Amino acid sequence: MRKVSFPHMGESYRAFKMLLTDLGNEVVLPPRPSRRTLNLGVQHSPEFACFPLKIVMGNYLEVIDKGANLLVTSGGVGPCRAGLYAELHKKTLRELGHPVDIIVFEPPRLHPINFIRNVNRLNPARLSIKAIIECIKRGWRKLQALDNLEKISHIIRPEELHRGTTTRMYKKVLEWVDSAYTTNEIIEAEAAAVDEMNKIPRDHERLILNLGMVGEIYVLLEPASNLEIEEVLGNLGVRVERSMFLTGWTRDNTWKETTEGMTVKDAAHPYLPELIGGHGRDSIGHTILYAKRNFDGIVQLAPFTCIPEIVARTILNKVSHDYSIPVLTFFLDEQTGKAGMVTRLEAFVDLMRMKKMQAAKLKPA
Amino acid sequence: MRIGIPGALFYFVYYPMWKVFFEELETEVITSGKTTREMVDNGVREALADACVPVKLFFGHAMALKDKVDQLFIPRIVCMNSKTVYCPKFLGLPDMIRHGLPDMPPVIDVRIDTRDKRFAALRAFMATGHMLKKSTPAVLGAYAKSRVTQMKFYRLLRSGFQPAEAIDMVFNRIKAKPVITTGQMTFAVVGYPYIINDQYISVDVVNKLRRMGINVLTPDNISPLSVAMQHYDSGKRMFWTFSDKVLRATRYFADRKNIDGIIHLSAFGCGPDSIVDRFIHMDNSRRSVPFMSLTIDEHSGEAGIGTRLEAFVDMVKRKKRGE
Ligand code: SF4
Ligand code: SF4
Repeated sequence: MRKVSFPHMGESYRAFKMLLTDLGNEVVLPPRPSRRTLNLGVQHSPEFACFPLKIVMGNYLEVIDKGANLLVTSGGVGPCRAGLYAELHKKTLRELGHPVDIIVFEPPRLHPINFIRNVNRLNPARLSIKAIIECIKRGWRKLQALDNLEKISHIIRPEELHRGTTTRMYKKVLEWVDSAYTTNEIIEAEAAAVDEMNKIPRDHERLILNLGMVGEIYVLLEPASNLEIEEVLGNLGVRVERSMFLTGWTRDNTWKETTEGMTVKDAAHPYLPELIGGHGRDSIGHTILYAKRNFDGIVQLAPFTCIPEIVARTILNKVSHDYSIPVLTFFLDEQTGKAGMVTRLEAFVDLMRMKKMQAAKLKPA
Repeated sequence: MRIGIPGALFYFVYYPMWKVFFEELETEVITSGKTTREMVDNGVREALADACVPVKLFFGHAMALKDKVDQLFIPRIVCMNSKTVYCPKFLGLPDMIRHGLPDMPPVIDVRIDTRDKRFAALRAFMATGHMLKKSTPAVLGAYAKSRVTQMKFYRLLRSGFQPAEAIDMVFNRIKAKPVITTGQMTFAVVGYPYIINDQYISVDVVNKLRRMGINVLTPDNISPLSVAMQHYDSGKRMFWTFSDKVLRATRYFADRKNIDGIIHLSAFGCGPDSIVDRFIHMDNSRRSVPFMSLTIDEHSGEAGIGTRLEAFVDMVKRKKRGE
């Protein structure tokens, strides 16, 4: 019996599960990455492999345990290691005696044939092209709803009156979206969820700090890999705006809010005129755009040994100085501890707060 | 006008050409030369802790040139063969030096990407020459001369010399003594040229082996055609130039009857190598050539590496006798 699975990445599994089931596949849900996932992944990956590769490796082993034998993932574009992950995973898994297959999706615009062939392999229900497109659209809409709710949780959490309400509520309304099926149901569930989140009692007087979050896509999108940093920051009274979402990172990011209407690429240009792969240039561009919007600070998240983010961090020193915006970087791996991270974040938040209060005092009212 | 060329990374690949080009244009070329203790310390202090050792060394070399030159030559080499690109750290190298170190001299960062335009390398050198206010014919002449020197350099590599030795021979007219002796064991040392040839961080592995009576070949010693003809089945091709070359060269060596052992030398903190090393292992598990990987870092002591090398050599010798 064929069983399909895929790597866990934030809440996105809810949409992928629906899509794959619609196409007639039996789906094994990937568990949220845990200590066990990390241990498995670390044990079977090269020491200096990037952190996402290790987590995904662990995740694969877990779903294989539950019977999965066909794994679906996305390839990487651009000159970075991500493009080689699938190959490395496949080889390693086979060496371990698991006869699995991996289907790698490349961006459809660049590899249309590969895309169609892959979709066909995942379509045992033999749906028509039209029906498939319908399913993909619905899945996409669900992803958008999930992203939206996450964004709202980032806005509300720092202002909540009672610590923990937002997280609890967010978990509850996610299930509403999860069980919605038709497009209409998804839209309704999303609207109801937004309403419900807005009812959370908030303190509007609080001094809220605005923080931009940049970095590598996997550790940005998978809270289990970044030790729920957004929640920690929210609890410290910081509103986090993340530079990347699954439904948002493909479109051209023109930031309307900056008066110049600059693209991320333009913003980064004086510092890094080259596309270096991964999301290195985005990290620089987004930092500059956040600075122009008067954000109070930046957190950069990167996997340990991440090549593009190392280049970006080196250059961000200068950006931070030129725009006088503090930047804190976390290079994450299996050894990163939550306590240490929280301590560093607290110190960083204090620094941002002091800077903000000083600026407020200096400014003539 | 004094142009500085740091003695790290591309130094081991293009220095002969670059030096001749600038000197033909009546520009003084200053290089930081061999890695010193001080450069290592400076690089480790100033570069990001998470950077790889070779990039840290490059920082150290650039700092050594800071007050001695008017401009630094750090071209942005993206792609030279219309297929593979260089590691992201090379792509951002000029920017890292410019923005990551205080008070550096201006950086000449002409971009070379052969996927963009034809004759991209020539164009880049034209641009550099014009930047120095030289006439087109003068620049063309200098370019032609520099190519001739580079060819000479390549010929020396093909005949078994390592880049650092070949550079010495090209410019200091040191009489070449043969480095390959027949009747000895031959090892292949694979890895990036800027790791193998940096005597400081590689703790001079090549000469250590030679002193043990072993011939050493590196990927630089095989012709580009032989490298290109190797296939490896990693599904997707390696898209970084140096990594691709290491994989193919390893394949080539593994198929040679006269290669007795292969050593993969990789740098601590190198991203691509985590994958290269794993692919080599997978490739080699089906072959019988003895294989060892050595990871070096800024503190890798003479003692540790030396012991492991000796143990490996002994193992290979025993195996050979047993057959
Ligand atoms: S961007 Fe970073 S994490 Fe992603 S593949 Fe490249 S090195 Fe690894
Ligand atoms: S290939 Fe490895 S050693 Fe070379 S610059 Fe890139 S990360 Fe550093």
